[in-house]
Amino acid sequence: MSEPVGLAGTTQGSMPVQRGWLESDSPLRQGLRRVRHNRLAVTGFSLILVILASALLAGQLSPYDPRMMTITDRLKAPGGSHWMGTDNFGRDIFSRILHGARLSLQVGLAVMLLTTAAGIVFGMLSGYFRRLDNAIMRVMDAMMAFPAILLAIAIMAVLGPKTVNVVIALSIVYAPRTVRIVRASVLAIKALDYIEAVRAQAAGHVRILFRHVLPNALSPLVVQATFTFAYAVLAEASLSFVGAGTPPTTPSWGNILSEGRVYMQAAPWITIFPGLAIAATVLGLNLAGDGLRDVLDPRMKT
Amino acid sequence: MTSYIIRRLLGVIPVLVLVAIAAFLLIHLVPGDPAMVMLGNDATPQQIQQLRTQLGLDRSLPEQFVLWLREVLRGNLGESIFLGRPVTQALLERLPATMQLAVLSLIFSLLIGIPSGLIAAVWQNTRWDQLVMATAIGGISVPSFWLGLALMLVFSVQLGWLPSGGYTPLWEDAWQGLRTLMLPAVSLGFMQAALIARMTRSSMLEVLRQDYVRTARSRGVGRWLVILKHAFKNAMIPVITTIGTAFGVLLGGAVVVEIVFTFPGLGRLVVLAVQRRDYPLVQGALLLTSVIYVAVNLAVDLLYGVFDPRIKYE
Repeated sequence: MSEPVGLAGTTQGSMPVQRGWLESDSPLRQGLRRVRHNRLAVTGFSLILVILASALLAGQLSPYDPRMMTITDRLKAPGGSHWMGTDNFGRDIFSRILHGARLSLQVGLAVMLLTTAAGIVFGMLSGYFRRLDNAIMRVMDAMMAFPAILLAIAIMAVLGPKTVNVVIALSIVYAPRTVRIVRASVLAIKALDYIEAVRAQAAGHVRILFRHVLPNALSPLVVQATFTFAYAVLAEASLSFVGAGTPPTTPSWGNILSEGRVYMQAAPWITIFPGLAIAATVLGLNLAGDGLRDVLDPRMKT
Repeated sequence: MTSYIIRRLLGVIPVLVLVAIAAFLLIHLVPGDPAMVMLGNDATPQQIQQLRTQLGLDRSLPEQFVLWLREVLRGNLGESIFLGRPVTQALLERLPATMQLAVLSLIFSLLIGIPSGLIAAVWQNTRWDQLVMATAIGGISVPSFWLGLALMLVFSVQLGWLPSGGYTPLWEDAWQGLRTLMLPAVSLGFMQAALIARMTRSSMLEVLRQDYVRTARSRGVGRWLVILKHAFKNAMIPVITTIGTAFGVLLGGAVVVEIVFTFPGLGRLVVLAVQRRDYPLVQGALLLTSVIYVAVNLAVDLLYGVFDPRIKYE
């Protein structure tokens, strides 16, 4: 299914790079150029772009106000003026899903950025400074000893049902994975000759870390960020579904699904469509992640 | 080997201590006075004070932790505010159902994942490979609760083959128990099956490229004998290491699936506890599941040491 990986050996580690990652021939840049030829990645990114566009244009694309109740139109089957049907309050499912996309993508994106930031800071500290390594990694181990969803639910229980709390909870849950990945890259890069050379030139730690180590640790980080986005979208939906996520008044995919569950027999479309929306988004992200990994970091292939 | 076991056992201690600290601090993350939040607006100042004393909230934080930990080590996880009975009792009552669900899901995911991955690797780049890999990437993208609802709609509502909810302990009525567990276990285990299939495939492909496999083939050993006897055994090593992690994911994921199938496990209890702001119960459930998770991971690691002799020298 995936295209053969014939471009191995050009990622971090094998290339003594001393260039910044914004420069045109950094390994990440080179990899990203190749992404265009990877069928998986292109399919994934196209899917995400479509979903992103519909989320951004939700206001214009929605035929109805997602919160507008029309009791005479309740539980209408798909077709006619409501092409995804209506729910038990006569609200248009299509409009609700479009607005739900905003929330899902916002949460996913925010969690991705926060976990990446945490991954860079703690992963670099842990991988580069030996003294901090043990302490940081034990804390990460402990955080990963909690089943992810359960930890998120527990954090939501104490913080209260707000969208921003969902972001906080999921970032806490998923950050340790990113920290581990950055740490592993830093450990590998630190042992390379060119870092020794830079150190011999009396470069400071900050300079070494941000200018010489981080650019070469970016490839696995980008891949992980894509998967974290996917996990976050799934987890947000799960939290909302069990009633521990975004407040029930917000049209999120998990909330729509959760409300529709009661009417599953009479009106299965209330649950089918938001589920498809979640699956399509996560599929897009997973395809993009798989494609990126094949191109950027063939060794990480699972 | 003994030193490996001892090292691994000692390594668990700091993790467990940190897990305990995190679970303990959970209640202190509550914005405002946890006692007030838990009891709601109707509570009298006396009731709030009583709960504060009961939870030890009027003492200093380290003092509270020591007292709390001492009780936890004795198996006392406190009183559930809403149920009005010991948390340990309530949790242990629900635990067997969730464990059965998680174990059955794990068995399902291994039974489906490993052969599928094997097929995909042996017939790489054929239709079979494409089918397995496409199903697998679909599998890791579909939310378990949605799959559960879809399976319920087809197999319970439309076809009437399997019950849409409820629970019968396997030791009371194995057949009925299996029937009630079937749909929840499949919806919960599907994603792990997909992950295991992907991992088995790539691990098999890696091993099949190794010199010793080629040598065995060139010496005239049959293709399937090489695949199953020589390659498969080694390809399973990375898969086995993920079983512990998979179990943790299943244990956590059970929360969501239990809601779909009105399954009386830990998950439903936790969700109810969250809605009622019953923090001791949430805290206890979190602590219990993570201790189980750590224990399972430890067991897998130790078994792994037995199966893969190379680990001794590391």
